[in-house]
Amino acid sequence: MQVTVRFFARLRDIAGAPDLVRDVPAGATVEDLWERLAADFPAMAPYRGSVSVAVNAEYGRFTQAVAERDEIAFLPPVSGG
Amino acid sequence: METAALGITGDEIDLDALVRLAAGGDDPGRDGAVVTFLGRVRGENLGRRVTALEYEAYEPLALRAFRTIEAEVAGAWPGARLALHHRVGRLAPGEASVAIAVASPHRVEAFQACRYVIERVKQIAPIWKREIFDGGDAWIEGATADPADAAAKQAAYDKACR
Repeated sequence: MQVTVRFFARLRDIAGAPDLVRDVPAGATVEDLWERLAADFPAMAPYRGSVSVAVNAEYGRFTQAVAERDEIAFLPPVSGG
Repeated sequence: METAALGITGDEIDLDALVRLAAGGDDPGRDGAVVTFLGRVRGENLGRRVTALEYEAYEPLALRAFRTIEAEVAGAWPGARLALHHRVGRLAPGEASVAIAVASPHRVEAFQACRYVIERVKQIAPIWKREIFDGGDAWIEGATADPADAAAKQAAYDKACR
């Protein structure tokens, strides 16, 4: 199934694009998706401990399953203000 | 179109508009206090001369985070009302990046809630800034955003009320 991945700030710089579409197997979790991305973009891997995730524009968890056409956003540490 | 009390905007921030959005409502005499906070681009950071900050937001989630903060304010300071705008785009030193107005019948609640709001914005709003300085640029990375982190929420409350 296909999901849309969105990147912000430095993660977007690393990915070289603000979003991309990925195929993931049925039952995949956010964590599974992250591991695939970190394999494609090794510079992302160190962010695992500090990145937040949003699923369909709501804060989510790495343990949750993703569904067809979900929008998964990976958020590096925030710096508003 | 009427401006919403909570917003992400590419336009210059209008603090007076936020005051009007927070205070009054149906009863213009309700709020005896309005406390405002304006966050501005500082021309110096870590010994570097800053020429601009570029802000970006994940807008739908940022608005959700703002609504979460609004609900937290309502829970901790019943009667306080919030207006909160954050700007995105490229800002020069001296320009305002964030504005908060909190209105309440009495001043203590407004002061405390206003401080709480800026702390929570920095903790959980999906907004980022890239600093452009003499000789380079760098993403600024602060807090790992987690609205469910009770310790962070308590820390913001403690800063507001100490």
